[in-house]
Amino acid sequence: MTTAVSSSSSFNSATVRRLLPLYGVYVALAALVLFNIVYTDNFLAWNNLRIQLVQVTPVVIVALGMALVIGTEGIDLSVGSVMALGAALIPLYLGYGMVPAIVLALVGGVIVGLINGGLVAFVGLQPIVATLAMLVAGRGVALVVSNGKYKDIRDKDFLAIGTDAFLGVPYTVWIAAVLAVVVGFVVRRTVFGRRLLAIGDNRAAAQLAGVPVKRVLVGVYMIAAVLAAVAGVIQVSRIGSADASRIGLLIELSAITAVVVGGTPLTGGKVRVLGTVAGAFLMQLLTATMIANNLKDSTAQMVQAVIILVAVYTARERRTR
Amino acid sequence: MTLVAEPQLEKAEAASLRTERIVELVQRQGALAVLGIVLVVGLVAYDNFRSFDNAATILVSAAPAALIALGMTFVIITGGIDLSVGSLYVLGGVLAAWASQYGVAAAFAVPLAACGVFGLVQGLVIAYARLAPFIVTLAGLLGARGLMLALSDEGGTTYLVDPGAFKDFGKGELLGIKYSVYLVVVLFVIGMVALYRTRFGQSVYALGGSEDAARLMGVRIRGTQIKVYVLSGLLAGLAGTINAARLGSGVTVLGTGMELDAIAAVVVGGTLLTGGAGTLGGTIAGVLLLQVIQNLINQDGKITSAWQTVISGAFIALVVVAQTYLARLRRVASG
Repeated sequence: MTTAVSSSSSFNSATVRRLLPLYGVYVALAALVLFNIVYTDNFLAWNNLRIQLVQVTPVVIVALGMALVIGTEGIDLSVGSVMALGAALIPLYLGYGMVPAIVLALVGGVIVGLINGGLVAFVGLQPIVATLAMLVAGRGVALVVSNGKYKDIRDKDFLAIGTDAFLGVPYTVWIAAVLAVVVGFVVRRTVFGRRLLAIGDNRAAAQLAGVPVKRVLVGVYMIAAVLAAVAGVIQVSRIGSADASRIGLLIELSAITAVVVGGTPLTGGKVRVLGTVAGAFLMQLLTATMIANNLKDSTAQMVQAVIILVAVYTARERRTR
Repeated sequence: MTLVAEPQLEKAEAASLRTERIVELVQRQGALAVLGIVLVVGLVAYDNFRSFDNAATILVSAAPAALIALGMTFVIITGGIDLSVGSLYVLGGVLAAWASQYGVAAAFAVPLAACGVFGLVQGLVIAYARLAPFIVTLAGLLGARGLMLALSDEGGTTYLVDPGAFKDFGKGELLGIKYSVYLVVVLFVIGMVALYRTRFGQSVYALGGSEDAARLMGVRIRGTQIKVYVLSGLLAGLAGTINAARLGSGVTVLGTGMELDAIAAVVVGGTLLTGGAGTLGGTIAGVLLLQVIQNLINQDGKITSAWQTVISGAFIALVVVAQTYLARLRRVASG
């Protein structure tokens, strides 16, 4: 898709090659939307758009945290398990009201984030190993907490988060939008954000420049885990049940895909928040488009694989610097 | 490590050298040591654990994981990673079950060819497009799963293995141990020779140690990279094949998370994810350790599957943390 645009445009190829990694995801997203407007029936119907928005919400929220972690040259494989843990914790204290239940779920995220961050920053484990262990153990804890049982939620206030809307847009989408703005602000305008990027760029240099590397790393993993817990809570409120064995399964792959397709390099030092959101939308819309046009799940997965490769190839850093 | 016998070697230095050597030994053989402890505990505490049948069961169920971990060890030593193996394992199983109708040769050849080609494509992309192995094989994970679903009518069809030589291979035993176990042993021996005694093995280590240095030394970077991903794909396909022979069908729902199990086994076995260091002996110990722990948990019977995952996760973290501290100790000891 993106290559077609570049060959037919009137820019010279050097400009295109410079801009493509930065704006490729938006071009692809726009092309996909145009395609859908023309070829998919009822694409612009509010009901359809609303479904797309609601479905992409958990991936967007998880991907925001993932983008921050990847910005520090790390990776967080445990996010799906944290979602499950957050979901499993919700029914426990829902009897005392909505707020304690949600707070508890977020505290669960904080604890996992502290462990992840501690293992990475203080023990010095590689992020992929540390969070791999938490991927396994986290879902185990979620299953222990929920006794391995599927639980229906009946609390009306809590379910309202998932079902009600403000100005016609579901609450969950508002939450994701606000979180995206906050994360974008943190990355661009705060000391924490600058430090995070400095660590991802060159950890040794950041250390020498006086950045509290370990503290920032723990903070980043904590934010990622809390965001994953939020996604878990939202998922429970939308589905109306907490199923620790299913919620968040393989979402780490979708989130990493969204981040990478959005133009954030895995090598750290750069975080593209809006690109990440666009990346999540692109992958969601891609799947939806293929389903709407009667392509099978198998084909959809193979196309996704190709899209990931093409996106990363166009976004890769030139080695000629 | 240079052992220069200097007479003026200080006592403290000699002591630190000894610490260094002990730490190195424990780090290298850590998984083996823990495996020994776990085995002793199991033998003492559980009656059913102490049987030949149980040992044979452990070996058979470890066989596919061992093959995948064998390929993964090569990949990780080059500093790469292969996330596609879980999907290729399932794809291999489905293809083997389907191809078994054309005889035992086809049942082995078809999955090996398909998974080998898949590995080749991943290797080519990694070597020539210079994309991160993590991303390429993540796409490979999706692609191979899509291919498997396409071949099995979106997972709806389970091909049964035709009665014949291939099924006999799955059921066959020699001295009470399944053929697949012998196959794994032979392949590990070949793998060890290839890794420790050939030019290819040495370039695998060199590439993982420092790509730039390896290039300056004249190591064929791209060739080595392509070879390890082909190897990993082939072994994942073979793992699926022997599993299909054992189960008698190409099960489409297994294999999720298999890549993570393999990475965990390799890492527990002392191979560093940063590349350049690692042993196949450690990988065997890692695979067996995870399998024995699983078996012991099953023996106990009181532990629910939820706690099983908690224990496995905590165990991986524990072993890896211990290794990291030992590595640091060694660095301190060696000054």
